[in-house]
Amino acid sequence: MRILGLYNYWVFVFLMMVGFYILISRRNLIQEILGLTIFQTAVFIFYISMGSISGAEPPILVPGAEGIVYANPLPHVLILTAIVVGVSTMAVALALVVRIKEAYGTIEGDEIADMDTASEA
Amino acid sequence: MSEHLPILLVVVPLAAAALAAVIRSGRAAWGLMLLSAWVVLGSSVSLLAQVLREGRIRYVLGGWPPPWGIEYNIDLLSAFVLVLLGGIAAIITPFALRSVEREIHSAQVHFHYSALLLCFAGLLGMTSTGDVFNLFVFLEISSISAYTLIAMGSDRRALHAAFRYLIMGSVGATFIVIGIGMLYMMTGSLNMADLAELIPAERNRTLSVALAFLTVGVGLKLALFPLHLWLPDAYTFAPSAVTAFLASTATKVAVYVLARFLFTVFGVAFTFEVMALDRILIPLCLFGILAGSLRAIHQRNVKRLLAYSSVAQVAYVVLGISLVSVTGLTAGILHLFNHALMKGSLFLAMGCVMYKVGSVRIEAMRGLGRTMPWTMAAFVIGGLSLVGVPLTVGFISKWYLVLGAVEQGRWLVTAVVLLGSLLAVIYIWRVVEVAYFEEASGNGPGGEAPLSLLIPTWALVLANLYFGIDATLTSGIAGGAARLLMGLGGP
Repeated sequence: MRILGLYNYWVFVFLMMVGFYILISRRNLIQEILGLTIFQTAVFIFYISMGSISGAEPPILVPGAEGIVYANPLPHVLILTAIVVGVSTMAVALALVVRIKEAYGTIEGDEIADMDTASEA
Repeated sequence: MSEHLPILLVVVPLAAAALAAVIRSGRAAWGLMLLSAWVVLGSSVSLLAQVLREGRIRYVLGGWPPPWGIEYNIDLLSAFVLVLLGGIAAIITPFALRSVEREIHSAQVHFHYSALLLCFAGLLGMTSTGDVFNLFVFLEISSISAYTLIAMGSDRRALHAAFRYLIMGSVGATFIVIGIGMLYMMTGSLNMADLAELIPAERNRTLSVALAFLTVGVGLKLALFPLHLWLPDAYTFAPSAVTAFLASTATKVAVYVLARFLFTVFGVAFTFEVMALDRILIPLCLFGILAGSLRAIHQRNVKRLLAYSSVAQVAYVVLGISLVSVTGLTAGILHLFNHALMKGSLFLAMGCVMYKVGSVRIEAMRGLGRTMPWTMAAFVIGGLSLVGVPLTVGFISKWYLVLGAVEQGRWLVTAVVLLGSLLAVIYIWRVVEVAYFEEASGNGPGGEAPLSLLIPTWALVLANLYFGIDATLTSGIAGGAARLLMGLGGP
């Protein structure tokens, strides 16, 4: 039961590995960005799960209420920052892909690598 | 005013970056960069003096006391790295003016300085912060702007190099976030000083995994062999001034971050006694020294040659750190500083060649010893320093490194360090031979680079000689910082 109870961590590990595998195995630049994004999204789930406490209330202080267990808001705030970072990384990556398509005429990593080797020789 | 120096150091370039992006004038943006670089240099020197006088400076942001609020923590090591960052930026910015005008499209120049300022601010923030999540944010600020800077290179391969760096750098940064998350799960704290007290010196699975994620993540950022694959292309195709800046600052700050995590956050007892990380790091460094130097020998492009040499030199720095002794750490910290000086001057010399000849391929260097005597003399002195010849900074740090290795009876390490120097002789000699002993190819306008490029280059070359002849200041500070990291006290 303990293992099943941690199901969101299993989702985190699964998504992380899916993203990482796509990142490593694919040579198309857009697919690489997709892999990276899934990889980063997995970490969001990790942080969000970290802040949850079973039976906890959202962390809003109500005057007079005693003995309430609150969820930990800090990991959620942290991951908000990381989400912004992830979005900006993706924006820069997509902008680079547009420029690469203009300069090379392709977004297949293997073809670009071949052209690079050709211009080196 | 002076008590706010730790935060001003970061805020000044950050604000200047925003201004530079909107003013639409390349010259004005350059002026902002120059101003912030010198302001940072001035304040970091004054911070270093204050740390030496009064000990560690703790600055609390917004009046929220740590461990809840973010704290900036300037000790001897961070102050030393801050001075290095300020000094390098203050020297490279004057060089950038003409070099950037030549290499970057005029409509992009102010964006270039904006990105450079952002990168600078990020590196300064990483060095001064005492909060691990804040460190991640600054790491991403500096990394994302570095990807942009590299993509501004004139060759289309710069775009591909920037993309590869972006993918690997983001994986590294995400690994760091995972590591930080695990630290937070176990301790409930993000403050480095607080974490240091909360982490027990015993085996714990979550903390072990956190250490692994952080080491690999930071290892990607500092191009630790075999995680260095992004570095050669990125350094080769970035604009000259950017290569010089990144080569002498970005990897250095990443090494600083590694030392912070291993020694300050996890502590010597956990990292090296419980986890025995040195048994992994030392072999990787030895392979890195050999592989980087051997690859450097075969390069036809001198910037790529120097980039592979950087892989080897960074391995020297990490090797010093992973000896886990005061001498070893002193060597590592000294080489961190000294390598920034030598690679800075070598890449600036290549920037002069690029400006005059338009290529940094080894064929293009023919006869440059006669047509560009000052530039090539700078290259030769920088190269001698890389090899580790006495009277240059390279000798000082390698001396400490060999001392540290011999002290522990590690003869293999000693042998590889010396072998690495011999390999450096070979790859530097290849350039020197072409430049001094072959006839000029006759293409290109010829003549020496303008003074606005030569003076910054020679400023770094002279720093190579000065700190090589009188190393009391640098080795004193590095020794103090080493004792601090080993937990033996000090400021």
